[in-house]
Amino acid sequence: MSKARQNEHYVAPYDTGVSFDELPDAAPSTRYKPSWTGWIGIVVVSFWVFIAIFGPWLAPIGENELPFPDDYSEFQLPRPGAWLGTDESDRDVLSRLLYGAGRTIGISFMATVLAYFIGVILGIGAAISTPRVDMIVSRINDAFLSLPTIMLGLVVVAAVGSSIPVLIITAGVIYATVVFRLARALGQEIMVMDFVEAARVRGEGRWWIITREIWPNAAMPLLTDFGLRLIYVILFISSLSFLGLGVQPPQADWGSMVRENLGALSYGASVIPVVAPALAIATLTVAINLIVDDLSAHSGGKLSKRL
Amino acid sequence: MARKSDSNDVIFEARDLKINAVRDDGSELPIVKGVDFKVRRGEVVALIGESGSGKTTISLAALGYCKPGLKFAGGEALLNGENVTAMDTEALRPIRGEKVAYLAQSAAATFNPSILINEQVTEAPVIHGSKTREQADAKALSLYKALELPDPENIGARYPHQVSGGQLQRLMAAMALCGEPDLLVLDEPTTALDVTTQIEVLKAFKQVIKEEGAAAIYVTHDLAVVAQVADHIVVLYNGEIKEAGPVETIIHKSEHPYTKRLMAAIKPLPEPGLGEASNHEHMRDAPALVARNIDAGYGKGADGAPKTMVLRDVNVAIERGKTVGIIGESGCGKSTLARVFAGLLPPSAGDLELDGHPVAPNLAARTRDELRRVQFVYQMADTALNPRQRINDILGRPLEFYGGLTGARKAERINELLEMVEMPPPFAERFPHELSGGQKQRINLARALAAEPEVVLCDEVTSALDTIVGANVIELLKSLRRETGVSFVFISHDLSTVASFADEIVVLYAGRVAEQGPTDKVLSPPYHPYTRLLISSVPEMRTGWLEDTVASQETITGMTGGVELTDIGCPFFARCPLAIEGTCDTTAPPRRIEGEDHVIECHREVDELLGGG
Repeated sequence: MSKARQNEHYVAPYDTGVSFDELPDAAPSTRYKPSWTGWIGIVVVSFWVFIAIFGPWLAPIGENELPFPDDYSEFQLPRPGAWLGTDESDRDVLSRLLYGAGRTIGISFMATVLAYFIGVILGIGAAISTPRVDMIVSRINDAFLSLPTIMLGLVVVAAVGSSIPVLIITAGVIYATVVFRLARALGQEIMVMDFVEAARVRGEGRWWIITREIWPNAAMPLLTDFGLRLIYVILFISSLSFLGLGVQPPQADWGSMVRENLGALSYGASVIPVVAPALAIATLTVAINLIVDDLSAHSGGKLSKRL
Repeated sequence: MARKSDSNDVIFEARDLKINAVRDDGSELPIVKGVDFKVRRGEVVALIGESGSGKTTISLAALGYCKPGLKFAGGEALLNGENVTAMDTEALRPIRGEKVAYLAQSAAATFNPSILINEQVTEAPVIHGSKTREQADAKALSLYKALELPDPENIGARYPHQVSGGQLQRLMAAMALCGEPDLLVLDEPTTALDVTTQIEVLKAFKQVIKEEGAAAIYVTHDLAVVAQVADHIVVLYNGEIKEAGPVETIIHKSEHPYTKRLMAAIKPLPEPGLGEASNHEHMRDAPALVARNIDAGYGKGADGAPKTMVLRDVNVAIERGKTVGIIGESGCGKSTLARVFAGLLPPSAGDLELDGHPVAPNLAARTRDELRRVQFVYQMADTALNPRQRINDILGRPLEFYGGLTGARKAERINELLEMVEMPPPFAERFPHELSGGQKQRINLARALAAEPEVVLCDEVTSALDTIVGANVIELLKSLRRETGVSFVFISHDLSTVASFADEIVVLYAGRVAEQGPTDKVLSPPYHPYTRLLISSVPEMRTGWLEDTVASQETITGMTGGVELTDIGCPFFARCPLAIEGTCDTTAPPRRIEGEDHVIECHREVDELLGGG
């Protein structure tokens, strides 16, 4: 190689006595700041939650009252006194929508909570159990997973009869299978981390390991998934109602409203009785999805890959 | 040289290169603050510095690449005279892989495990259209030969898991060089390797860079390695060049205080007399921990014995206030031994004693007090600390769990512990991710100390840390040993670190004790042939060391194989320059005891092991 070397010895100027501290390589923690799509989701979901809670008080009349007792005709167009028109029995669509919100959202929420309660306990439990127990529980779960959800729901409801508690338990148990899979996968992923082993070496019991070591690390991805699961349950409950096996008439809920008023599409004066509840279901589920997407994008988008 | 050898031919030049990090709120933080250097054809320029110094960021700029969250903020990075920082991805595509190639630290992560090696090596030039399939295959074959890979004609037809780690690292070099790039960027390519493997890889890299006439940017924090491969050194700290110059000048006549500090943190060669003699004031009648005739392994085989036997007949006694170093290459069973001590892996045979009393082999059967006495410190502080717990909780839990401390007394003790590991008390409020790598490792250590243990098992605690940070952690361990009388089991693949810290060394090879005894005796003749190989493989801080070493007999035979677990004979047989055909491969070596406490397991007589230096 040639002697024509580039750098002579270069030494940067320095102050005597400078210390070279260890460079921190830690990223500053970032709080969740929703993007504009996230904000849309939050606004829409808050709106529906508000309606779900206060709907019955906001409704102009009762869900089964007629706004125009003297003028009976189905599928009336909107006019003062019935701002969204009337349905196939000439009831006020707006009032039924407001009453139904609480039922649809409430049942779905309770069912999802139940699904999480069962799924997370069994899933994380299976993850930290011996391989044999894990195997047995997982295979039973797989057997349930292989059944189509709507079919299973139909069979149960047809056998026991429909009531709100039955709906909640059925949907909860059916969706617990999906939650179980996610919770077990997350649990296993966290189980092999050194800090869990450190807790085991310390002599910590199972309960501590589940609640203090595994749960805090699984909570965020599980909460994100909670939103997604809620959407599926809303659609499930609405589907059952649409098929006539969900919330029973004359009680209103969004799914049954769509079914009751299907006739409006072919011969009604107004299609609003069908479109309004369908739109309510659509806006709520899309809005939840927007929040979930935004959250998982914030946490590195890893969750969306895993699902 | 393969190509025109005009040494004034500048391949890469950084001109006042500036790179900023963009924060969430849009403000910018300078990461690289105006860096100038040149790389000419046939030259290797080393960028050295600690993590966070910007060395990887600068090296990636040569590919026109910025990690997410960073952006070029000024200056130029000229590759063959073209400014790559100003190009878009489309324009960069033909340049990357053809003009400049990148070699990452982990070959295992670079190769796709389900595609044949040759296909991956030849992929870039074939896709870029710079070579036909046949040309690329021919080029790959010549590179396999140049890199001295075994069976070069057929190695390309294997899958990545079918070759050893060192071979895969060399194959990655073949992948990078297949497109005949002008510039090669190597990011810590030997950091994760054992010393014996490092030699074979360094030798191959050096030779092939010379033969191909390429230029290279070599990123590392290991000055001894740099001395072997680089022509120029650029010392970086906090995104600025602190010192730069030819390798000899930097090594022998460094001037900047930071460079001097880097040099001071270099681990001395493993020699007898290096270790700080620990005093005997903490010793008592019974050793803190004794392991006798330990056999251990994984899986379940016939008649209750493990399917894969990892440890065979290991005997260790750890005296109070003393340190036992356990050393060996990856796969030798050193971590397995620590897991046996901790009760995570019950041995299939043998006994454990704590403080003179037998102790249950598995965790679940140990009492809380027995658990307290043995604490484990993990290698990766990142995964060893729960990311959702504050330092307060991490350190507080063992205090509460073992000592029953609560409230103010607990808080006080947490402060004491933080002080002990030289961290300011306000750090108790932080989460682990708000700490640097070295700080996390200190917390990791403090958690073990919180239990007031008698034995602390340290599994490669400094391996993931930078030289200076690692040296600080070792200093901390030494002072803790002096003050608290805690015994350490120090597991490492780094002989220098162990030699400077341990009272006794256990050299493990394929789960068997090759040599064991007081540090000074293990590090002086007679040596077990494997110990000799390990000692001679530690890079020295001088140019030309690599050439001298690869010529020596130990290294030539020692480099030929990886660690294999064998049931019969001496496991080191295939790599041993002194192996006796017909004896070493059929019979397990006898345990020779030299003096009182120096054990060598070898068929050769002690006299035969004395020879040579």
